[in-house]
Amino acid sequence: MTATVTEAAVAEGAPSDEDLSLLLTIRAFEERLLDLFGQGMLNGTTHTCLGQEYVPVALEALLRPEDHVFSNHRGHGHYLARHRDPEGLLAEIMGRRGAVCGGVGGSQHIRTERYLSTGVQGESLPVACGVALRLRRVSPGALACVYVGDGTWGEGGVYEALNLAALWRLPLLVVVENNGIAQSTPTQRAMAGTIAGRAAAFGIAHERVVGSDLAAIRRQLAPGVEAVRGGAPLVVEFVTHRLGPHSKGDDTRPAGELARVRAADWRAPYAAAEPERVARLEAAARARIEAVVADVVAREPS
Amino acid sequence: MRVAENLNAALHRALAEDPDLHLLGEDVLDPYGGAFKITRGLSDRFPERVLSTPISENAITGVAAGLALAGDSAIVEIMFGDFAALAFDQLVNFAAKSVSMYGSRVPMRLVVRCPVGGGRGYGPTHSQSLQKHFVGVPGLALYEVSPFHDNADVLAEMFAREEPCVLFEDKVLYTRPMYEVAEPFRLDVHTPGVARVFLDERPDCVVVAGGGVSHRVMAAMRSLLLEEEIVCTLLVPSRLYPVGIELPPGTRRVFVVEEGTAGGTWGAEVAHEIHRRHFADLDGPVTLIHSADSVIPTAPHLEAAVLVGADDVHRVIRETLRG
Repeated sequence: MTATVTEAAVAEGAPSDEDLSLLLTIRAFEERLLDLFGQGMLNGTTHTCLGQEYVPVALEALLRPEDHVFSNHRGHGHYLARHRDPEGLLAEIMGRRGAVCGGVGGSQHIRTERYLSTGVQGESLPVACGVALRLRRVSPGALACVYVGDGTWGEGGVYEALNLAALWRLPLLVVVENNGIAQSTPTQRAMAGTIAGRAAAFGIAHERVVGSDLAAIRRQLAPGVEAVRGGAPLVVEFVTHRLGPHSKGDDTRPAGELARVRAADWRAPYAAAEPERVARLEAAARARIEAVVADVVAREPS
Repeated sequence: MRVAENLNAALHRALAEDPDLHLLGEDVLDPYGGAFKITRGLSDRFPERVLSTPISENAITGVAAGLALAGDSAIVEIMFGDFAALAFDQLVNFAAKSVSMYGSRVPMRLVVRCPVGGGRGYGPTHSQSLQKHFVGVPGLALYEVSPFHDNADVLAEMFAREEPCVLFEDKVLYTRPMYEVAEPFRLDVHTPGVARVFLDERPDCVVVAGGGVSHRVMAAMRSLLLEEEIVCTLLVPSRLYPVGIELPPGTRRVFVVEEGTAGGTWGAEVAHEIHRRHFADLDGPVTLIHSADSVIPTAPHLEAAVLVGADDVHRVIRETLRG
């Protein structure tokens, strides 16, 4: 039930300009967000997805417009990959005109069309099962995709939902971003056994994705995602890396660990393979985000 | 018709009239038909939309919320209301908040049915009245089954709100007849959704109570009339929260009766609302009558000592009015 691909970085050819731009735009957005926090321009808290940007970008090619996506506290990349709307997201985070949810939800409570994020761990899995139940009836072939982290597997609701998804053959795709750390707690101090073992306990298929090559990921996952559409739920576990802090300024990992995590960043192999293209698209992504920041900061409150 | 039959008929009608309505719960399938037989006949008639679930209150409620979020309607049966504690996150942090936390109103047609209350010897974790734990949640409305409200109307009203609702069903009501009041009292509709049990003469006090304790209050009203010549009017709202009680003109004394245990009660919320609007018209503050500050014991003599009874209602009203 468990499958793994090798850790090839750019093994299957260069990503398209569109994919690369999206990756770099999400990164620029998150980096700029931490800057704005540092300048005292943001309220509350936020959780950036630095290092994990490739997960939703890879999956976006496998999702259809009629699919539902459920995200979590670390959801900016999920939203930007799905809706390409940095203006609306930043306005939401800053409480300015044009905010996706009027500034009520903020960073971790976003809803638009078929996208929804919530701030409580594991809460969205049962909800996604309910949505999947309706999709199976009124929109056969559509699926509900839920992003969770490794830490989410401490919540009982996850298992209640997996049980139902398997029993009822729901089109449920669970995407686990296993970045090895939950806030400050390493996964090995919070999880007995494995995610693969837990999926297997329910007779649910499990795919383990190592590496960040978009084409290789899509090739690995395409058959399983197609099977989800027919009612075979799937758990996809991305072995990934959180480059930034949990929220802001709260990273207590030792320097050696941080160096190891940064060495695994998806950006480096792309930049090494095509330095000029990456530099050009990165400059464009940063310029776009700068323009978004200038625009949104000048807007009135939502 | 008994209350259980009225509720069962209301569920049949709701599922027949709304092709997008689902009912989920533990052991709800025929021939069992639910622990209290309220879902009897539903799964035979609507097999695709009546779903028996694992023992997973969190997931059941979450699935129902997901159905509602995507445009369906859903009813959840929590076998014993006590287990709604396991669904608290889905109900409070997801379903109720989703109505407003995404900036524009998201309709959520979701009803969570909770059989509650003691008097049957089920003990501390199967006998509670949990209403007070759900009071004051934005986007969450609370209703209570009564012998005076047709549950078809109550269900229709809850779904029309397009926000999650909890329907508390006092288990002792299930075998009681609908619309029956003790002689010489009469029954009518006081204001929409609020039943009134009354005499024609001017009352000495108004008693506000949820449907579950209405028989206990009526028994006290009868003994107070016959033994003390104290005349009471009983108001039974279908909706507990948001509180919407209109006092009859000239009301000077008010009591609120509920089976919930002492501390942070629904009655305190009702009292606050009445004080806010009518304090100057009252002869004294609203008096709360409820069960003791205790778990609900199993043994009948211990349980009876904790739960509010007709004698408690009689005694408190007499002492408050007569000193």
